[in-house]
Amino acid sequence: MAEAIALIDYGAGNLHSVYNALKAAGAEHVAVTDDPKLVRGARRIVLPGVGSFRACYEGLTGIPGMVDALEDRVLGDRKPFLGICVGMQLLADRGLEHGECPGLGWIPGEVKLIERTDPAIRVPHMGWNDVGLTPHHGDHELLEEGEAYFLHSYHFVPEDGLDVAAMTDHGGGIVAAVARNNIVGVQFHPEKSQTFGIDLMRRFLDWKPV
Amino acid sequence: MTVRIRVIPCLDVADGRVVKGVNFVDLKDAGDPVEQAQAYDAAGADELCFLDISASHEGRGTLLDIVKRTAEVCFMPLTVGGGVSSVEDARALLLAGADKVAVNSAAVRRPEIMADIADRMGSQCAVASVDARKVEARRWEIFTHGGRRETGIDAVEHAVKLAELGAGELLVTSMDGDGTQKGYDLELTRAIADAVSVPVVASGGVGTLDHLVEGVTKGHASAVLAASIFHFGTYTIAEAHKALRDAGLPARG
Repeated sequence: MAEAIALIDYGAGNLHSVYNALKAAGAEHVAVTDDPKLVRGARRIVLPGVGSFRACYEGLTGIPGMVDALEDRVLGDRKPFLGICVGMQLLADRGLEHGECPGLGWIPGEVKLIERTDPAIRVPHMGWNDVGLTPHHGDHELLEEGEAYFLHSYHFVPEDGLDVAAMTDHGGGIVAAVARNNIVGVQFHPEKSQTFGIDLMRRFLDWKPV
Repeated sequence: MTVRIRVIPCLDVADGRVVKGVNFVDLKDAGDPVEQAQAYDAAGADELCFLDISASHEGRGTLLDIVKRTAEVCFMPLTVGGGVSSVEDARALLLAGADKVAVNSAAVRRPEIMADIADRMGSQCAVASVDARKVEARRWEIFTHGGRRETGIDAVEHAVKLAELGAGELLVTSMDGDGTQKGYDLELTRAIADAVSVPVVASGGVGTLDHLVEGVTKGHASAVLAASIFHFGTYTIAEAHKALRDAGLPARG
């Protein structure tokens, strides 16, 4: 099973959709797992997530040894990592949904409620919107420009702009993707973004971050 | 650009079969919801909605199987409604592969169900259906049982309450307009859309592409739902997107 992609099963609602999308993208061995031992042997890791930041954080940290295994494999061994929606937001230092809650702290920043700058701006941010790459990640191997499906009320505000890989616009700039070395997190749902999303998954399967 | 106006085809499903479905000639089985969903996925629909109108409990059981099989082959957001009466019903649909669950009568009986779903699984998946009829000038009331049973509940007040309780989206259907092809009840849609901060989906009565455009420009909806015009092949999803773009609205394509 050393070749497997570990898709972390911690009760996230989009787990099966992400699994289906990885399979559609051509993944052969996707291990849906809550076993830290398997994570330590995984070639690639995907962290899904929908719902509230706190519920996801508690779900993930509720699995004994899981966060340590993820940190060893992603921060230590630098294996390719993809976080989706709340799975991306969890990379932050903290979330402010339903009171402050710590995150993994892999990418400094916090997760805040989207401000309604205008009555025409609806929250949740729900629907297809642009994914526009930032200049310093314009040639990122995993991310491409296009339209993707977003569904969220909170957004990740990284401390360092260099960690922002893509932006979208919803009454102001909203971070669509963060990237640092072997770590990518996307606010949108590739598993729900038709061809755009499946193509991203396919690139993830081949991604060899330096 | 900004977030796109969503075009959402809706399939009525009863006992695992599409009741009112697409007339695409190349479908092997026009009554199979999964095949129809795939056709809409390929056509670039922004989301898909399944509305279960099964009368029986057994019919509802097959819905979970349909949702699961759809999620295996369609990579688009899926809202499922009809007969959702508890948090457990909602959870089962989400685990099967639905992204959003629409609650109808159960939220008329007990509006707090929206809070129960939103607290456990997030507002983003909690859609409140608001089925209303006009009872006098600028006043609409909630009707249940396919528009046959009146409740005396003010539709706008009900909608605001459900959004405050945690609904992340409101699906506003004019029971007067449904099936007439005369257009959405724009006053109703706008009255609700202007009173809440969550997205509103306009539903009920679409007959032309102009109706979709008006749903947004005059009804202030964030998404437009239609059934017959797509199922009978009167218009394609691409034509709907183009009509929105031609009206200066953000749409895919």
